[in-house]
Amino acid sequence: MKLQQLNSKDDLVRVREETYNNMKLRFKEENVEKEINKYHILVCTGAGCISSRSNSVHKKLDKEIKKRKLQEKVKVFKTGCFGLCKLGPIVVVHPDRTFYTKVDPKDVDEILEMHIEKGQPVERLFYRSPKTNEVQKTIDEVDFFDYQNRIALRNCGVINPEDITEYIAMDGYMALADILVNKTDPKVIIEEIKQSGLRGRGGGGFLTGKKWEYASAYESDKKFVLCNADEGDPGAFMDRSILEGDPHSVIEAMIIAGYCIGAHKGYIYVRAEYEAALNRIEKALDQAKKMGLLGKNILGSSFDFDLDIRLGAGAFVCGEETALIQSTMGLRGEPRPRPPFPAEVGLWEQPTLNNNVETYANIPIILRKGADWYSSIGTEGSKGTKVFALAGQINNTGLIEVPMGTKLKTIIYDIGGGIHDNKEFKALQTGGPSGGCIPSDLLTTEVDYESLADIGSMMGSGGMIVMDQTDCMVDIARFYLEFAHDESCGKCVPCRVGTKRLLEILQKITSGKGEMEDLEILENLCYDIKDSSLCGLGQTAPNPVLSTLQYFRDEYITHVKEKRCPAKVCNELLKVVISEEKCVACGICARVCPVNAITGEHKKPPFKIHQDVCIKCGACVQKCPVDAIYKE
Amino acid sequence: MENIPEKEENKIYENEEKVTITIDGRDYEVPKGLTVLEAARMVNIEIPSLCYLKDINEIGTCRVCVVEVEGSRTLQPSCVYPVREGLRVRTNTERVRRARRTAVSLLLSNHHRECTTCVANLNCELQNVAADLGIRNIPFTGEKVDYGVHNNNPAIQRDYNKCINCRRCMAICNKIQECYVYSPINRGFDTLIAPAFQKDLSEVSCIMCGQCVLACPTGSLAEKEHINEVLEAISDPNKHVIAQTAPSIQVTIGEPFGMPVGSFVAGKLVAALKRIGFDKVFATDVTADLTIMEESEELLHRLFHEPDKLPLLSSCCPGWVKYAEHFFPEFLPNLSSTKSPHEMCGALSKTWYAQKYGIDPDKIVNVAIMPCTAKKYEVARPEMESDGYRNVDYVLTTRELTRMIRETGLDFPNLPEEEYDEPFDQYSGAGMIFGATGGLFEAVLRTVHEKITGDKMEVPDYTDEHVQSGLKYGRVTIGDKTLNIAIAHGTGNAKRALDRMKRGEWKIHFMEVMACPGGCVGGGGQPILGSRDHKFISLSYRHNRADALFNVEKGKKIRRSHENPRVRQIYEEFLGHPASEKANKYLHTSYIPRGRHPYLVDEKHYKGYNEKD
Repeated sequence: MKLQQLNSKDDLVRVREETYNNMKLRFKEENVEKEINKYHILVCTGAGCISSRSNSVHKKLDKEIKKRKLQEKVKVFKTGCFGLCKLGPIVVVHPDRTFYTKVDPKDVDEILEMHIEKGQPVERLFYRSPKTNEVQKTIDEVDFFDYQNRIALRNCGVINPEDITEYIAMDGYMALADILVNKTDPKVIIEEIKQSGLRGRGGGGFLTGKKWEYASAYESDKKFVLCNADEGDPGAFMDRSILEGDPHSVIEAMIIAGYCIGAHKGYIYVRAEYEAALNRIEKALDQAKKMGLLGKNILGSSFDFDLDIRLGAGAFVCGEETALIQSTMGLRGEPRPRPPFPAEVGLWEQPTLNNNVETYANIPIILRKGADWYSSIGTEGSKGTKVFALAGQINNTGLIEVPMGTKLKTIIYDIGGGIHDNKEFKALQTGGPSGGCIPSDLLTTEVDYESLADIGSMMGSGGMIVMDQTDCMVDIARFYLEFAHDESCGKCVPCRVGTKRLLEILQKITSGKGEMEDLEILENLCYDIKDSSLCGLGQTAPNPVLSTLQYFRDEYITHVKEKRCPAKVCNELLKVVISEEKCVACGICARVCPVNAITGEHKKPPFKIHQDVCIKCGACVQKCPVDAIYKE
Repeated sequence: MENIPEKEENKIYENEEKVTITIDGRDYEVPKGLTVLEAARMVNIEIPSLCYLKDINEIGTCRVCVVEVEGSRTLQPSCVYPVREGLRVRTNTERVRRARRTAVSLLLSNHHRECTTCVANLNCELQNVAADLGIRNIPFTGEKVDYGVHNNNPAIQRDYNKCINCRRCMAICNKIQECYVYSPINRGFDTLIAPAFQKDLSEVSCIMCGQCVLACPTGSLAEKEHINEVLEAISDPNKHVIAQTAPSIQVTIGEPFGMPVGSFVAGKLVAALKRIGFDKVFATDVTADLTIMEESEELLHRLFHEPDKLPLLSSCCPGWVKYAEHFFPEFLPNLSSTKSPHEMCGALSKTWYAQKYGIDPDKIVNVAIMPCTAKKYEVARPEMESDGYRNVDYVLTTRELTRMIRETGLDFPNLPEEEYDEPFDQYSGAGMIFGATGGLFEAVLRTVHEKITGDKMEVPDYTDEHVQSGLKYGRVTIGDKTLNIAIAHGTGNAKRALDRMKRGEWKIHFMEVMACPGGCVGGGGQPILGSRDHKFISLSYRHNRADALFNVEKGKKIRRSHENPRVRQIYEEFLGHPASEKANKYLHTSYIPRGRHPYLVDEKHYKGYNEKD
């Protein structure tokens, strides 16, 4: 790709016009009739689709188009996440706006032959709504997007993230250009962001404009802008998807942040295992530098700003801003007490502005469309939209962006398409290991920072895990505690020793050795850890326990008093049995048993499991041809 | 003389600017810049703490000092929370009490509670806090970390099972001594504060100064005890057991027996040692005078004959010598070759003394009572041998001697005053002030001054160096010679001085270095004053000890080493003159570069304790 140095806003506008013309057919409102014979095929190359082989689909498309000599007619592009990760790889064909799901490399021939050459879309690859069971052909029809409002994800699935000019075509870098041309007073920009009501999307929910104001207020000749891309909640991938699908929106916001607080250097702290995201940021930085959007005299102005990447090794605690700062400097990732806050003492003891990826991604569009537009979306206290990662026992697992104030119910049933296999909903876990579990009677809650905190959970970075009746809430609490205990940095006592003790009590309960007084010790310890830990990790680690104790206490009591796991999850409370009626005495179970716990005579039912030998591995349950073996 | 400010300036309690804060409903005016903990202690409200070590470790990890701060969602650690106008704090609510008890209970649930057999028993901050908070039962049971005890070195043992991860050892090693021995390893529950790869201290660039031992609030760090070996020797009728006492012990051994910091108790010390059963009690101060004679001779020689071998760096501190060997091998030729005083005493006791009094040197056991853990390591250095005999056989720290006195059943404060034994009994004031920073420099100067000018100089002439700034730099004029000198205590300060010399910013003729802040009075073997005795847990009490030494010295008749009749006698009867062939043989030693990562080197340059046995 040949990229030219941009020396003024006019240069930028020129690039925008040129590129936009080439992209026109991807947009509904443009009149593209006269170019009817041209196609753009967008292949999702978010990490979700990559793991279902979207890169092979992309390669095969490329190869086949050359083979069929369709280069003039069809262009293939990589793009960012559409959100329907479960049905990946997603392929969209423009200008028809056809939305293909689960595209295998084997399907490429058919798409090219039928759709491109014969104009007959491949129906078997269409999206089928889990709600209505009807086939939805185009991206505009797909009901997964019905309640969504994609602002942070505005360019994901629209542009090729590896081409800076496509970002520019979508008005990218225009907010920055305006600021640099007009030499806007940083105070005005900060005021605009404050007015928009944007709050930190990393989970803290601190007013972003305020944070910028503080960072700009401290005097220093060296300041830093930092981007927290160390997303660590299990099952959450909002930040990763933004970096994969629209890296330049973050870069543009960071340059603006540097301008506002008087910094000339920034770092993006990203976990090393985010390979695709890392790749895209590296490319994006390289292209931005080549076009003069990073470095000395940006767009011909007197403002200098440069960005570098710092790799994280994947420690959850490094998402905490003071630990992140330590780690960025190459030290052991450990938080330190605040005050002083990073806005005063941050990287190399200098004032540092640190924001989350999603927060940054919102900045350019807020500055272009105005604070009023942004603050018109959302609730009283929480403005704008929030990206959530849907996971667990839900039909449409993936990534969504909804306005603040959307009901949890809408998210699960209308967007998420309901519970997998039509099972009964049990709980919604939000906020990852720091959040809590929400029971079904609270699903009418309208999602925002305060409402989730009020019901014992939290917004967190945006993970949402749906659980059904096959999930044991005590086991879920134990799982999250295990995570927090593993990820504790070990600096302060309540988190280092306290999470260990919590985990031990939970293990005691799930293995049937719990006593009623353990529940009391458990609950008290939870409150003390919350109250006295050094950083957010420890302060929120007990949340999954507390919220399950609050809403699902009876499950704990059943585990303790009856030594029984109602969801049949806690292995030590279960035994594997063979149904006398169903058993056909085929002997398969006895053959697969790794510890020879099953005995019986061929053709003489029933077979028998010796409980003192059985290790409850479940191999026999899976292998039984007549489903005669079950756990109880 | 110019005082180079320390890296961390002491917080000024007399700050002019005041703020009003409310603690437990009462208003107080306190200096701006303090933390809530300091402010509360200043107005006599005791907030318990564990990880806090004033000016050195202020990281808020133990969560024992938490308080309620109005407007704050969670409890805040008072040790790092700054006071501000209008701040409202509660230190004594149910919520606070509960959190404190939980924090300490959690620590105890992972602590190998062997209090009765622990070296820190009755002088343990964890024990004190648990007692103060009235912790009677610990609701938590579960796994305890078991990382065992590491002690494959002659000086310091690390019992990981008693570590509470407060990081005070790490802070003092990194910030003050700048040896960077300790760091956190692993994470979460498995975290431990240890040398890299959990190596033993003998395998890393540890200088054995023992500052970490002083900083440790529990029994996790302690000196390697040699009490039993010494008692065994005393019980053996065939052994002639000599105790020698370092100058600084005379002002510190009273502390653990309830005497005020800075009590001068040389006479009682001698009385105690004799009652324990030592055959002879010698003053190491005498050989300190000898050290001064040899070092002065070396300084004069280099000044007038080998100016390229300047600066001369003092060598009587084994911690500092090891520091130089690890971190500044390029300066080893500058180190004075004189042994430290106790090694000289050891060497002379098995040669000159043995011959003079007709004792078989094979039967002599020389036990040095030292304020120092590094000296335990020093006696194991292969160089410290004369005529086939180890110069010194055992080193006991002040703390070990305390335990021996207690076991012997002596009422220390009420012991009579007794005299040191001949021939190591008379010493000059110069030898005495060895025990505090600046003392060695002043002592050398008194002798050098007279040797250059022939005049007896007025004593004391250089009072400035008693100020306890970590690094001092200045010049003194002796006759027509002007000497640039520097005094450093704390190896971090020595590092700063050496760095300046390397960069050519400083041209120095002579530098005194003591590894421990304050010199030997702050040594790693000195009594540990716990949280109960000192509400501002800091190491500032070493000033009082030093003052005591200098004050007693002022009253001495003989204040110059070369005027000490015993020194004259030793030269006349045995050595000849300073820097003579014999003096070189018995009173001088050599050094070797050790590298920063000694565990990468197969060959060990000193005998580990276990190997020595």
